Amino acid sequence: MTSQPNSIAVPKMLPHGHVGMMSVITTEIFFFATLIVVYLAYLGKSISGPTPEELLSIGLASINTVALLASSVTIILALKALRASNQKKFLTWLLVTVALGAWFLVGTAIEWTGLVGDAHFTLQTNLFGSTFYTLVGFHAFHVTFGVCALSFIWFCGFMGWVQKKHHQNIEYVSWYWHFVDTVWIAVFLVVYVIGR
Amino acid sequence: MIDKPYSPRSSKLHEWVTTADHKKLGVMYIVCGIIYLIVAGCEALMIRWQLAVPENDVLSAETYNAFFTMHGTTMIFLVGMPILLGAANYFIPLMIGARDMAFPRLNAFGFWLFFFGGLLLYFSFLGGQGLSGEEGAPDVGWFAYAPLTSTTFSPGSSTDYWIISLFVAGMGSIMTAINLVTTILTMRCKGMTLMKMPIFAWMMLVDAILILIALPTLTAIQIMLLLDRQFGAHFFDAQAGADPLIWQHLFWFFGHPEVYILILPGFAFVSEVTPVFSRKVLFGYPLMVIATISIGFIALGVWAHHMFATGLSPTVLAYFSGATFLIGVPTGMKIFNWIATLWGGQIRFATPMLFAVGFIAMFTIGGLTGIMLAVVPMDWQLSDTYFVVGHFHFVLFGGLLFAIFSGFFYWFPKVTGKMLNETLGKWQFWFLFAGFLLTFGPMHFSGFEGMPRRIYTYMPNRGLEFYNMLSSIGAVVQIFGFGLFVVNVLHSLRKGKPAGDDPWDAWTLEWSTTSPPPPWNFATIPSIASRRPLWDTKHPDDPDWKYE
Repeated sequence: MTSQPNSIAVPKMLPHGHVGMMSVITTEIFFFATLIVVYLAYLGKSISGPTPEELLSIGLASINTVALLASSVTIILALKALRASNQKKFLTWLLVTVALGAWFLVGTAIEWTGLVGDAHFTLQTNLFGSTFYTLVGFHAFHVTFGVCALSFIWFCGFMGWVQKKHHQNIEYVSWYWHFVDTVWIAVFLVVYVIGR
Repeated sequence: MIDKPYSPRSSKLHEWVTTADHKKLGVMYIVCGIIYLIVAGCEALMIRWQLAVPENDVLSAETYNAFFTMHGTTMIFLVGMPILLGAANYFIPLMIGARDMAFPRLNAFGFWLFFFGGLLLYFSFLGGQGLSGEEGAPDVGWFAYAPLTSTTFSPGSSTDYWIISLFVAGMGSIMTAINLVTTILTMRCKGMTLMKMPIFAWMMLVDAILILIALPTLTAIQIMLLLDRQFGAHFFDAQAGADPLIWQHLFWFFGHPEVYILILPGFAFVSEVTPVFSRKVLFGYPLMVIATISIGFIALGVWAHHMFATGLSPTVLAYFSGATFLIGVPTGMKIFNWIATLWGGQIRFATPMLFAVGFIAMFTIGGLTGIMLAVVPMDWQLSDTYFVVGHFHFVLFGGLLFAIFSGFFYWFPKVTGKMLNETLGKWQFWFLFAGFLLTFGPMHFSGFEGMPRRIYTYMPNRGLEFYNMLSSIGAVVQIFGFGLFVVNVLHSLRKGKPAGDDPWDAWTLEWSTTSPPPPWNFATIPSIASRRPLWDTKHPDDPDWKYE
């Protein structure tokens, strides 16, 4: 071919899932950023009570935080085991991750039951109620989605369908999980530390 | 020969509904976009009919509100967005030498979300007031300012239709944006480094990233509004201590980048057409790339220039005014680059080029009135007048729509294998150009005279009759332009001249395959050495890669 130079650069390109998942996370960051901005903008603006200080307990939220943070570590361990073709260890750590995620959800449910049942505090109560349930609720929704995804992977692993060659795909799911975790750190700081 | 992929049914409808082919999806996006263009154009005609003379009563005040809301919402979300996403869908894989998008099924899902979102918006005409016979389409304006969207001021479910339909269509756009970013970053053919991509791909990349950043904000505030309306939350309820200005800030944090999301593909079309019809390379390719990225960044920091009249502090005003001036710099760079591309070229005034040059001129005017509005005291005088309406129609009609027609005439032969009729195309251009200037030019003057936007009628003897009559006559002239376009497309689909693979003697990869391209796009994946691979093939003695 006379029309081509001797060497043609082959552009270095990432796998699809890499860029795809990063795009998903980018767009999710801006979704949560909007919710957080609104939460902060309305902090202390409620005309009627109750206020965050009266209702929120940092104790329960801290236990939740520890559970979710720990699940980020266990999913790394699960991935490591998968890459080492250690199926049993992989399934165990994955199950621990699912359990920690479920623990977080149960913790949230306990908190919300207390707020709604005992304090009669709902989305409609005041501005704080609207922003609180929307922000924490959408995060919990994302955790729920993550727990479902991880449970599905665990089921597939249990059936023997997940092998070492799938580690890349599982890693993308783990990115999502880390992302949900990171969002929680922001939510925890905003709602339970700064906002109280 | 590669056999056609196995298909259990031969029904054409079934084939189109179940397709995940980027070209078919692209065509469906664009066809839907054109149908909505006609619908929203008819809404605009009704608006111009009502405003042709003072104290007219063709439309009631309520219907008028619904019509301008539906016109704006449709043009932005159901015309601009699908046409640009459709064009990106169709041409990005072809231009970067790929066989499809990165996630074909996600692509189909995104399209169908858009499709049903659009139907949902239009179903509001029937469902907005529960079939009670009153008009039920959304009537809160395309930016739906709080607190007018609360259940107190906007009873019924018309606003809920606005929220949910745009939410659904917006999710589709986000998915397509994810797909575009991934495709451009991971599927380029051998030799295509980032700086050797067609400029079209660069602009669509920045465009898709802007979608990823801006649209989730709209999604989030729409969810809040829905919670307010349906579940008794207080996000935009001033009586509960909320600040309705929060809606404006967040809406425009989406809304202003959205303007650039719409116009960047216009830039992309014109940047492909201008060099081919000037017989020169695009002037200043690296500068074009830098300008596009700068526009993407600055677009995220200028939103409050839509809110100068809301009592922001002087510091905030100064910042947003300055940032708005700043975005004129990369935009101006692009205009100079296009002019420099034309300069000294052997210009062929085929229809795509007519529209491209029309775009450059009209967009420049729209850009300059934008700079005028960035001056805060000027904006205080002109905010929410017809001057603003004239300004953004110069950007989106004289700018974007002309660019879309330029691209349409340029790529129609590739998509269908048939040429559009040049004579009809030129008549269409001149009708549209004259009609456009006649409609939107006088709006600047009626705006200066103090005519507010979004009023359903006006009093006589206030100096507004003449300008409004001119605008309405212009709208009638436009009917001929759009009519010729429809006639041209229908005629050319049946009897158009065969196009051949490369009717314009162009340089990017989509012209190296057949017209229309086969489902697999390229029999062998190409490899390229310069930004104009077809030039290199046609001129082996003097290829571009020696100079780049």
